[in-house]
Amino acid sequence: MKLTVWTYEGPPHVGAMRVATGMKKLHYVLHAPQGDTYADLLFTMIERRDHRPPVTYTTFQARDLGADTAGLFKKACQDAYDRFQPEAIIVGASCTAELIQDDPGGLAETMGLPIPVIPLELPSYQRKENFGADETFFQLVKHLAKPQTKTERVSCNIIGPTALGFRHRDDVAEITNLLFELGIEVNVTAPMGATPSDIAQMGKAHFNVLLYPETGETAARYCEKEFDQPYTKIVPIGAGATHDFITEVRALSGSTASLDSQALRQTWWSRSVDSTYLTGKRVFIFGDGTHVKAAARIARDEMGFEVAGLGCYNREYARDIRAIAKEFGVEALITDDYLLVEKTIETLQPEMILGTQMERHIGKRLGIPCAVISAPVHVQDFPARYSPQMGFEGANVIFDTWIHPLVMGLEEHLLHMFREDFEFNDAAGPSHHGGHQPSGTASVQVPAAPEQSLALSTGGDVAIWLAEAEKELKKIPFFVRGKARRNTETYATSQGLSEISVDTLYEAKAFYAR
Amino acid sequence: MTEHMPLPPATGCRTAPVLKERGQREVFCGLTGIIWLHRKIQDAFFLVVGSRTCAHLLQSAAGVMIFAEPRFGTAILEEADLAGLKDAQAELDRTVEELLARRPDIRQLFLVGSCPSEVIKLDLNRAAERLTQTYAPRVRVLEYSGSGIETTFTQGEDACLAAMVPVLPSTDARELIVIGALPDVVEDQMVALLTDLGIGPLRILPARTIDDEIAVGPNTVFALTQPFLGDTHAALIRRGARHIAAPFPFGEEGTTAWLSAITEEFNIPRALFDRVTEAPRRRARQAISQAAVPLNDKSVFFFPDSQLEIPLARFLTRECGMTALEVGSPYIHDALHGPDLDLLPAGPQISEGQDVDLQLDRCRAAHPDLTVCGLGLANPLEADGFATKWAIELVFTPVHFYEQAGDLAALFARPLRRKSLLKVAAE
Repeated sequence: MKLTVWTYEGPPHVGAMRVATGMKKLHYVLHAPQGDTYADLLFTMIERRDHRPPVTYTTFQARDLGADTAGLFKKACQDAYDRFQPEAIIVGASCTAELIQDDPGGLAETMGLPIPVIPLELPSYQRKENFGADETFFQLVKHLAKPQTKTERVSCNIIGPTALGFRHRDDVAEITNLLFELGIEVNVTAPMGATPSDIAQMGKAHFNVLLYPETGETAARYCEKEFDQPYTKIVPIGAGATHDFITEVRALSGSTASLDSQALRQTWWSRSVDSTYLTGKRVFIFGDGTHVKAAARIARDEMGFEVAGLGCYNREYARDIRAIAKEFGVEALITDDYLLVEKTIETLQPEMILGTQMERHIGKRLGIPCAVISAPVHVQDFPARYSPQMGFEGANVIFDTWIHPLVMGLEEHLLHMFREDFEFNDAAGPSHHGGHQPSGTASVQVPAAPEQSLALSTGGDVAIWLAEAEKELKKIPFFVRGKARRNTETYATSQGLSEISVDTLYEAKAFYAR
Repeated sequence: MTEHMPLPPATGCRTAPVLKERGQREVFCGLTGIIWLHRKIQDAFFLVVGSRTCAHLLQSAAGVMIFAEPRFGTAILEEADLAGLKDAQAELDRTVEELLARRPDIRQLFLVGSCPSEVIKLDLNRAAERLTQTYAPRVRVLEYSGSGIETTFTQGEDACLAAMVPVLPSTDARELIVIGALPDVVEDQMVALLTDLGIGPLRILPARTIDDEIAVGPNTVFALTQPFLGDTHAALIRRGARHIAAPFPFGEEGTTAWLSAITEEFNIPRALFDRVTEAPRRRARQAISQAAVPLNDKSVFFFPDSQLEIPLARFLTRECGMTALEVGSPYIHDALHGPDLDLLPAGPQISEGQDVDLQLDRCRAAHPDLTVCGLGLANPLEADGFATKWAIELVFTPVHFYEQAGDLAALFARPLRRKSLLKVAAE
């Protein structure tokens, strides 16, 4: 048993739903009690889909358990086929149905439906959403795709995008266009947008572009082995990674077409003097493995940030993330425990968080700006405008997204100089953001549960702040105050001091000067 | 009754044939009630014993994520718990110990059963008894089921309140208990009305904290503010209490009828009733008449969701000038819904349970002006040109009693107003 407050990933059948909902003419018959239908609203509300997910829930109740739940499943399966006329059906069990062991796969097989029926084994009590999506797509490819003659012109499949993915819609458009400019045709994009008969055609491509390893890697490996299709290992998030991806694609395709990278503004935006203030900002990065890997590289090499810590919630990528952490000289945090992530951020006191919607809320509590880089998704992660993360436009979008929560360069200086101005003070927050307290009532931003969190962060061995020093600390603008407090306390402890005076504060400042 | 009370319809819906369906249900399970109960009962923690799906549902159910540290969590069952490698009861003890150490402010702990915990027959009743002994007197531990195989959406609140009834102390006092979790502001208005009517002592279940005294016995009478409290109703009757049957307090008519039934029970003079209710009734009628303009002569179709459907259909047809085409409810209890069905003019198809695909077919054929449905259906129907009202908002918004009557009409009117405002079509 594991006590959980918030989860980063849903159960594996939600992963299967992401594949089914992204596709067309595929239906998912899910053996599940009522209530599991909540998952429909993830798609209709968060992603604003205008169709119900193609999922039939058998909706068994307590009174059915002693009776014929298997019969209920078969009826639901037949009704779904008759009503929706899909090209293929996937069948499986949600967590509760797994316990009653009706074997949906076996039951569906005996029905003799005239279309492929693909059973899914998704262990609900061991695995999670990303596994569910990856495994479902792999089973679809394994059952439907066959070796085929390659297309005459060089072509590839785009693998991995699903429904409810973080910016998948726009990433696919961006990369499809990039491949087009390189003279490479996209044979099939899957799962998102593909029909089962499209998947049957996947073998025609020369190679595969794997955009989302979390949801497509098993299928990509299978295609490499069975259809002799190598796949790309670099995920084109960030300017550097996009260039590397292009090099990799050229090697796989033999393309020598020239590329116009004029649209890539991020590199100049980052070099322009206005961005000087970004230098050495300490960031904490957390999300899914793939996005964290990409963000770490962008943060250090393309923004000039200092990576103070990083981690991922999907254990499948623990090894990659530990390797990156080692390269960056930080500790990797591999956990899906939201409270532990919060505690780590509290301890590290970064100047910015690059995280998920969950870390955005941690940031709100702790008064640390946050930009969202990864799933789990929120309705805000489905903007109406074109907003990819991948390719050149993706690099531009990321630059804008990351600096938006920060106090801008000159403003930062002015806050340092005139910190007690009644309208333009640090408690008012960045001036380009609305929704702050009116001046006069403005007070220092306090985390939502101060007693608890302070009790956590200050152990018994921490020096006491003298009143004067505390007052001086308050003069330091909010966006560096946490760091100043932490540095001073660390310094005091290292010096064996039991009290912190104004002098200690400035001693520490000099000590940590950079 | 006073002069403004319209007469009941010649034929109501109480004896109308009910279309009973059983098939795919597009509804939440009872765990969803935790979303509002954990805010209402301020010293309680709700520990779901379930799967990752349960945790994911709670996180997603409201369509938003509420990231203050919540007073609910999930003890997620893992492979070792299911394979019998670990003693589930011992695991539960360990989890509760971890939780209570973290949250010393918690005075009431609800162990909430889920589909998986029920299928593996994990005995939460025994666990609750044992844990109560361990943590008494600081913490009281109760259990109820919010599972999808037992409960639909708002039945979770019913199960929670019903679980509290057996542990209420006994009394012979003549007291009124009002049952149902209401937003604090609405509850305060209700208390003020009943106090002005001279009715008391008044108790409310659920109370905001464990220290609020509620007792029950043969002289207790109770009124329900929510139409989904069937099990709590039964549990109170088992304790000897008597139900004051009435329409539910939605809209001016419903609120007046509800208060009137209580007033009669307590033999309050009619003149006092009129004096206390006159001003709020006038305000409610005025607010409804303004807010309901877009609803006049429009038709409405209810998908089953919260069991609020029948009283709301009564409100929309009797006070907002709408015509109901179908009124679907997950369950219909005559003892609770009868008085509202009496007032609902004959005509609509009354349906109980659901087969969502068949019901969507009926809805499309009926082509209502407004469809009340769950979040999973709303956008797909909107995309087909149907104006929809998300049913969950009716559970999350203050809508009871006089001062909210106009807001309630406005909630239904907003989708229609919006539809008429937007000038650029989807395609």
